[in-house]
This record gives sequence, structure tokens and C-alpha cells, in this order.
Amino acid sequence: MTGGWLAGKKSQYTKEEALKEYFLFLADDALILGQQLSRWCSKGPVLEQDIAIINTSLDHIGRARLLYQELSKIEGAGTTEDTLAYFRDHQAFRNALLLEQPNGHWGDSVVRSFFIDTFNFFLYDGLRQCEHRVLAGIAEKSIKEIAYQAQWSAEWVIRLGDGTDESHEKVQKSIDDLWMWTGELFESHPVFEALDASFVDFSALKTQWLNKVALILETATLQMPNAEAWMQTGGRLGVHTSHLGFILAEMQSLPRTYPNASW
Amino acid sequence: MGTNVSLEENFQTYVDGENKVEPKDWMPEKYRRTLIRQISQHAHSEIIGMQPEANWITRAPSLRAKLILLAKVQDEAGHGLYLYSAAETLGESREKMISDLQSGKAKYSSIFNYPTPSWADMGTIGWLVDGAAIQNQVMLTRTSYGPYARAMVKICKEESFHQRQGYEVVMKLAQGTPEQKAMAQESLNRWWWPSLMMFGPSDDESPNSAQSMKWKIKRKSNDTLRQEFVDKTVPQVEYLGLTVPDADLKWNDTRGHYDFGVINWDEFYDVIQGNGPCNKERIAHHVDAHEDGAWVREAANAFAQKQVQRKKDTVTAA
Repeated sequence: MTGGWLAGKKSQYTKEEALKEYFLFLADDALILGQQLSRWCSKGPVLEQDIAIINTSLDHIGRARLLYQELSKIEGAGTTEDTLAYFRDHQAFRNALLLEQPNGHWGDSVVRSFFIDTFNFFLYDGLRQCEHRVLAGIAEKSIKEIAYQAQWSAEWVIRLGDGTDESHEKVQKSIDDLWMWTGELFESHPVFEALDASFVDFSALKTQWLNKVALILETATLQMPNAEAWMQTGGRLGVHTSHLGFILAEMQSLPRTYPNASW
Repeated sequence: MGTNVSLEENFQTYVDGENKVEPKDWMPEKYRRTLIRQISQHAHSEIIGMQPEANWITRAPSLRAKLILLAKVQDEAGHGLYLYSAAETLGESREKMISDLQSGKAKYSSIFNYPTPSWADMGTIGWLVDGAAIQNQVMLTRTSYGPYARAMVKICKEESFHQRQGYEVVMKLAQGTPEQKAMAQESLNRWWWPSLMMFGPSDDESPNSAQSMKWKIKRKSNDTLRQEFVDKTVPQVEYLGLTVPDADLKWNDTRGHYDFGVINWDEFYDVIQGNGPCNKERIAHHVDAHEDGAWVREAANAFAQKQVQRKKDTVTAA
């Protein structure tokens, strides 16, 4: 590994280490997004959408639980879904940086969801064939709700893009602003090399994702940013933006204040 | 028949016969206004009631607790939607109801003007506040207006579930570490009296009650419901090993009920008149969300209109 701010990060994984990392990629993405979306509760633009976004948040956190529960079994004694969620610090989180970006306005949140939901759709569709039976089962269970999420966020991108001049301008800016966080989703990672080929290699999803995003943006009369633009990185290695610290401080405050309590 | 029976008398006979009034039936204007006031107030309570609980979603201390709380607040939003629809059957638009809420013309349950500084409040609200609401709502499943009665059947089922979940949160605290038990007691101290106030003023101070009882909108008096609530809840407090913050509380063998202390009605009216710790905050939150969402609603409307126009164009071209 060359020098720079990601120096000192692990570059080789045993099979078991890689499996744990892979579960963290999926689970931390789901938890951090679910946590972010839950913040919309009672703040939606209309009551029906308040209900929809809470529902989405529920699905993400529900999926995170299933993944953490399985990971706890791999980790062994003393690890639970809650120790994983509440007693790790930012450097142990493996979510993509996109998900920790602030909610912003409705358009910002919708675009963040659209980028990740589209990614999740191809990812979990592929994971249904994974040879890890539990993971395949979670993917099978989740794919329906992920398909619904992808449809919901794509429809909102279209509605805002093809709505009023104001909404068009706002959502175009959301897309341009969030674009640099999308490249990380498709980075190659040593973890994929250590696992068998039935674990989806995220970098293999890039073309499908770009095609789908291009199609939706065209329908929405929006401009597709340059796919070769500069992209940020770090989340999958545990190097995060400052936002994650605040998200965790809030989320973890109670169990850390009373570490001996059970709830 | 030779007798002159007025529409109003007919209506009263109909209601006295335990028949349900439906949206297209004739009804006295005052009956309609009373129901709009009551149902919209109930809807607003569900919606404003989301705020004190949403306050803890991001900080729920376990993933399971976070999911349960999210699902609960989502149910409340659903109840609000359901009740707004029931009120719309009486000819009131949702826009009008929301604007009345934001201007302060319409009220919502005063209990939500208290803050939720503690996680224990998520338990206490489910247990006491939803508990008190159920006491009232079970009665309303038999209310004379059909759409309201039917909405209440669905809502009551979910509220009972919420109450059990709330009680479970408090139970975990009460059986937990000394700090957790103190948390539960502190929360009970704050919510006990406001929960009793939820049933409204004493019968002799409640001007609208008599007419509502006659029309079978309401079927039990405020004081009766309050007494039922106290009788039901005190044993639950004892089971948890907590203490009701009322030195005058004791079982009365002759009455077969608990006697309890005097409610501070000055506080009740103060909070209703806008002086609760959170009145301003709750409405400002609602107004802010509504205003922040204006451009989104406009975009959605504009897009829907374009879609309709495109369909027309396609039909014309074909």
C-alpha cells in the first residue's frame, strides 16, 4: 500500500476475517442509513411520506439486525447485535461514506437513498445465490423491500426532476453534491479476493448501476454527472468523515452511559 | 300519524336506538361540528404526539427498542391519517384542519406539551398516556358516528399493543439497575398527574359533555373514565415496585375504588392556554416541517399534472 491518509490499513485478510468484514459492509450500511432516515420522522413534507420514510427506516434497521445477529455467531461469546451497534467506535464501522452524509433537504435524502437503493438492489439480488446459506436467506427475505425502496426513491427523483423549476434545480444540485461519494461503492477490496465468488464483488455492479442511474436521470430530465469524476474513499477501511462521530455519539449515548444495564 | 316529529327528534330516536349515523345521513349541525372538533383534535393529537417519541428514536438503547419505537410512531402517523379521513367524511378538508392546528384554533391533547427528557418516558407514555387514551377510545368504538366508531376499532387494537410495549419498557427499567429504577420512578412522577388530566375537567366543569352523552358521541363521563383508569393502573404501579406520587391515594372499601388526591386544574388550564413547556415548540416543529416541504408538495403536484396532460396528449394523438 502506498503512503497517504489510508496508510496503515489492513490489505490482506484470512477467509474468516474477510467474512466478518463483508457482513460489516452490509450491516453498517443498513444501520447508518436506517438511523439517518429515522431522523425524518415527524418532519416529512406530507403525512403519507412521513409514514413511507419511517417504513423504509424500519426495513433498513431490521436488515441490519439480521446481519449483526449472524455476525455475532461468527464472532462468538460476548458479541450481540447491540454490542456491534453500540460499542464500536467510528474506526470500526465499515459503512460507505455516502450513508453518513447529512439528511439535508428532502431532495438530498431522496438522492442518497436512490444511489444506495439501486446499488442494494443489484447487490442483494446477486446475494440470493450466495453459498453462505444464512446470507442468501437474508437476501431472499430483503429483496422485496429493497425493490420497493429502489422504486420509491427513483420515483421521487423523477418527480422532483420533472416537477417544478425549483425542484429540478434543487435535486440536480443534490445529485452533483452527492456524486463524489458513489465511487466508493464499487471499489475493489482485498476482502472480495479472500471470499469465494458467490459473495458479490461490489466492483462488478458498477455497469448495471450506472446504466440504471442514467436511465432514471434521463426520465427525470436531469443531467448525469461524469462517471469518471473524482471519488472519495475510506469507509470500507474504517476511515470516515466527521459526520459519523456525531451519528454514533447520539445513537450510542444511553448504552455507553449505563454499560451494565440491559434494556 | 298526525304528530309533528322534527328532524332533530327523529335523529335522537335513531341514536337512542343504538343506530350508527353515516356520512350521508341528516344530522344536526351542532352534532357535525362537535364531531369535526373532536375527531380532528384526536387526529392532531396523534400527529403532534409523534414528536415527543420521535425525540428518542435516534437514541433508543437497543436495536430492538429502536424498531419497536419506530413502528409505534409509524402507527400513530397512520392513526392520524385515518382520523383525518374520518373527519373529511363530515365535509372538513385536511388542509383546513392542518391550518387550524397551526394557527392554534384547533387543539390537541395537552399531554404532548410536556417534554421527554428521559428514555423512561418512552415506557411511561406507552403505559400511562396510551393507557388513558385507550380508556377513552374503547368507549368510542361504540360512538354513534359510524366512520369514527370503525376507525376506533382499528386504532384500539394497535393502542393496546403500544400500551403493553410501554409497560415492558418500564418493567425492564424497574427490574434493572438502581439507576434504571430511579429513571422509571422519576418518569412516573412527571407523567402521573398529567395522565389523570387527560380525561378532561370534572363532570360538573365539563360544559360539552352532557350533549355529547345525549347524542351517544360520548358514553361515559370524564370522572368515570378517570376512576376506571386509576383503579386499573395502581396495581400495575405496585407490581413494578414503584410509587404513585400521590400521598392521598388509598383503597376505599366502601366505594370499591381508589380515592386519590386533588388534581391541579390550574396547571391543566395553563397548559391548554399555551403555557406548557412545549406548546410553542410542538407547533413550530409542525409549521417548519410543513413549510420545508412546500416545494416538495408543489413539485409532486406539478409532476402529477404533467402526467395527466401527457396521457391526454397520447390519447389525442392516437
